[in-house]
Amino acid sequence: MNPDLGAAGLVINPELVAEILTRFVRNEIHRTGFRRAVFGLSGGIDSSVVAYLVVRAMGPENVLAVTMPYKTSSEETRRDSAAVVADLGMQSLDVPITPQVDAYVAAMPGITQMRLANKCARERMTVLYDQSAAFEGLVVGTSNKTELLLGYGTQFGDLASAINPIGDLYKTQLRQLAEYLGVPAAILNKAPSGDLWVGQTDEGELGFSYDQVDRLLVLLVDRRWQPAQAVRAGFDAEFVERVVRMVRRNQYKRRLPVIAKLTNRTMDRDFRYPRDWGT
Amino acid sequence: MAQIAPRLGDRHQNLELHEQQIAAARQQSADLVVFPELSLTGYFLRDMVPEVALERASPEINRLIATAEPMSLVAGFVEEGAGHQFYNAAFYAEAGSILHVHRKVYLPTYGLFEEQRYFSPGKRFQAFQTARFGRVGIVICEDFWHVSSATIMQAEEVDVLLWIINSPARGVNGSRIATAETYELLARTFSQLLGALVIVVNRVGFEDGLCFFGNSMAVGPDGRIIAQAPQFDEALTLVDCDLAELRRERLITPLGRDEQLLMTIEELRRIKRRRYES
Repeated sequence: MNPDLGAAGLVINPELVAEILTRFVRNEIHRTGFRRAVFGLSGGIDSSVVAYLVVRAMGPENVLAVTMPYKTSSEETRRDSAAVVADLGMQSLDVPITPQVDAYVAAMPGITQMRLANKCARERMTVLYDQSAAFEGLVVGTSNKTELLLGYGTQFGDLASAINPIGDLYKTQLRQLAEYLGVPAAILNKAPSGDLWVGQTDEGELGFSYDQVDRLLVLLVDRRWQPAQAVRAGFDAEFVERVVRMVRRNQYKRRLPVIAKLTNRTMDRDFRYPRDWGT
Repeated sequence: MAQIAPRLGDRHQNLELHEQQIAAARQQSADLVVFPELSLTGYFLRDMVPEVALERASPEINRLIATAEPMSLVAGFVEEGAGHQFYNAAFYAEAGSILHVHRKVYLPTYGLFEEQRYFSPGKRFQAFQTARFGRVGIVICEDFWHVSSATIMQAEEVDVLLWIINSPARGVNGSRIATAETYELLARTFSQLLGALVIVVNRVGFEDGLCFFGNSMAVGPDGRIIAQAPQFDEALTLVDCDLAELRRERLITPLGRDEQLLMTIEELRRIKRRRYES
């Protein structure tokens, strides 16, 4: 682990975090009347951490990992997912999404790489929610705090879930948790990728590393620094401005759609009940 | 110390939960059962506040007090008071009736907290004489983060301070949950400064992603932890409260005796003139 992470405030106590998150998953699933969990497994670090947490919480027989490769998905993805499934002994289901996605693509000449990537993410969401009904399991989300802040995810695609145990952990913190939980080394060591197209990596696409951006985000978000303060402390001004803009521009992905207010009680504004209402 | 996980907004279910804990406490020959803040309703109520509120003389509370007899009882509830105002409150009952109700004074409304949106603040910190535990005071969660409550409770000469809380876990960088460390620090500090027993009762369970960590504890007047409930799990923990310890501790460190209460009052008057009357 990078020793500087401690000074940056990004070091977590993985044992404590695993304990809280395991209990969170079990509690939230049980209180909604479910006994089982479903999630999409990509073989990346985020969904692998979720796999280990959910199996700890529910037992392997109550967990369904769904792999949903597209034709461009890498062999590495398949291999790493299989290693996690084998290690945990949970149930798994492979649902390739190539036929339905390609049927759509054929009718949409000129579809861009980004549209295709979002289409795949939303296709996977519909598969997961259908499997949720078939398996009678709650959909567990796999988006981390870095992605949620930067909006680096597809709305109603991979961002969709019923509960999310890892949404308050930065990517660099997830790596610490992954190591503690025993996620295979091949997954820990590979470059993070949405496997959106051949050779895609998150850090290549974003133009900065998770290590860099997490150090900034923890200051801006958790410690409530002003952006100018971060620049004075040595962060590149353009980088800070870009990250601040991404966080602000993607706020809509973190909220319900805006509802036009007409009455005294409007959802989420003055009709305010907790999500865990009556449970 | 009844460290429970109330069901959010389900008063009926929570009454049953209280009855079960009271029955278990009776088995252990307890004299007093203390439940956490808002134990009859759960914490993150928002618009449910008026829906789960009770008047202090309600049949539900009277039945619960009768169930506990001859044990004394402390439980947290949403109190509907005069003028349909709602309070985050707790009652102390003995000999079959309510001896005292404390309404939470300091209602946190920042960060994840929004209590002032829903509750009216209480207006006093008042101790009361009990049959079994000398002078007792109740403070609710945020109340005891304000030194004014501690100062008043010391002036009230409390023997036992009941600090009932709903504290969520935040801060996972160190060996322990940061909020748990802070509560322990405050309880141990104030127990010594007040020369009183401080009983902290927290809840467990989750609400909307908040993890209430438990770790209820009893701290002696010398700042030592004399009993502690587990982290995260429901538990009924029996505390042996030795009131003779108070005498010994106050002989060794007579802070209460030496407190210059009249000076404090005069100084506060002076500050009042400067800050509010000039």
